[in-house]
Amino acid sequence: MRAVDLAVVGAGPAGLAAAIEGAKRGCSTVVVDRNPKPGGQLIKQIHKFFGSREHQAGTRGIDIASALFREVHDLGVTLMSGWEVYDLQPGRLEVVQTSFEESTTDQPEAAFRVATNAESIAAEKIVLATGAEENAIHFDGWTLPGVMGAGAAQTMINVWRVLPGNRILMVGSGNVGLIVTYQLLQAGADVAAIVEATSKIGGYGVHAAKVRRAGIPILTSHTVVEACGESRVTGAIIAQLDASWNPVPGSEKTFDVDTICVATGLRPNARLASLAGCRLTNSPVLGGWVPIHNSRLETTVPGIYVAGDVSGIEEASTALEEGRLAGISTAASLGKSNAGDEEEIRTIDERLCSLRGGPFCQPIQDAKQELVKIGESACPKE
Amino acid sequence: MRVEHHPILGNLPKLREAKIQVDGKEIPAVGGEPIAAALAAAGIRVHRYTAQRSEPRGIFCAIGQCTDCVMTVNGTPNVRTCITPVVDGMVVETQHGSGQRNKR
Repeated sequence: MRAVDLAVVGAGPAGLAAAIEGAKRGCSTVVVDRNPKPGGQLIKQIHKFFGSREHQAGTRGIDIASALFREVHDLGVTLMSGWEVYDLQPGRLEVVQTSFEESTTDQPEAAFRVATNAESIAAEKIVLATGAEENAIHFDGWTLPGVMGAGAAQTMINVWRVLPGNRILMVGSGNVGLIVTYQLLQAGADVAAIVEATSKIGGYGVHAAKVRRAGIPILTSHTVVEACGESRVTGAIIAQLDASWNPVPGSEKTFDVDTICVATGLRPNARLASLAGCRLTNSPVLGGWVPIHNSRLETTVPGIYVAGDVSGIEEASTALEEGRLAGISTAASLGKSNAGDEEEIRTIDERLCSLRGGPFCQPIQDAKQELVKIGESACPKE
Repeated sequence: MRVEHHPILGNLPKLREAKIQVDGKEIPAVGGEPIAAALAAAGIRVHRYTAQRSEPRGIFCAIGQCTDCVMTVNGTPNVRTCITPVVDGMVVETQHGSGQRNKR
């Protein structure tokens, strides 16, 4: 059995930041991530970030990821990519890696073997930075091959350099819908249109402007009503919505597309937190069921912490800050603090506050404060 | 289709060439990329058919979460093709239901 001070689940911005801060304070640290490449969603974000300089504005997500990888490597953090957690409890994780290896025998039946490596990790503290998953909406034909999450398309083009389709309808005009539309164009696809069920474009004006300059119509008060095709998407029917969200009869239009990307929001991926027995609460503003945590990001299960989208859907910049906070908190609970950590925590809190400031994010700030309020009485005390 | 040229990411670097068999037909692939990427590049959309209604399914989340893209790989059913790396010479089959029919 591997024994560490700190085990982090998820190698996205929150997980890597937590690992870095923990390791900087002398924690032996391991990061477990089920994807073939680390970096979470950062390695798909080829656009430049917004905000102020201390939030890495003007830097592309992929470059932020590279910097994090270097730091993790230099600090001697063990990165277990391609490993998946299948059980956990305070102090212990069970992980498994399944891979296909070429066999040394020349028997054709045994040309490959499925190698299933299993390990137990004993960890004093656990940080769950398991991120989010994409919401789906249900319309006729929504299960057809060719209907996929916008994030799925983004992964295919920006990480694996493969187009999932040639002509695309985007459903949803939040930042994900707008950014992925633009990135699909950069990758060489055609985007027929973006449909948005509400009467307003959901994402930032600057992203919407880029898409419009590229000639892509954004149809507000419209949604997809049907994916056409027998064994794969061969078209999409959209319709206008009236004030009570019902399709207006006769307003249907058909698009000749082979792919429908769904960008209708994200929800926290709190499955492992739930499995560990962490108490969850439903917060629509934060995207759904989230683990209750205190101001140090510890959940209701002692020794298990959360950071990033798992505790409320936000941005990579907030995930980085929460990750740092979780790393400092877990190290402190093991008696491994740096001089100046109190000041550091205050700075992180201030940055989180400013990231969550402004009319766009105020409801998130309120929801997070509410979550911590519940957490301060429900979670372990120092 | 592969994204050969990209305004931010640049030209596609020289990749580790591999071949995999899909339902008996050989397709080009890149060693280490997910099986699902090789299929998408080859224009293959259907990964499996559901157990009860035999409905087609393909990639949905592409990050190992939803299990819609599972196929039978080297005789092992229910392999998530979006997070399973290609190894040269792999044998991939469209899965029917739980994959019992595909099992060796």
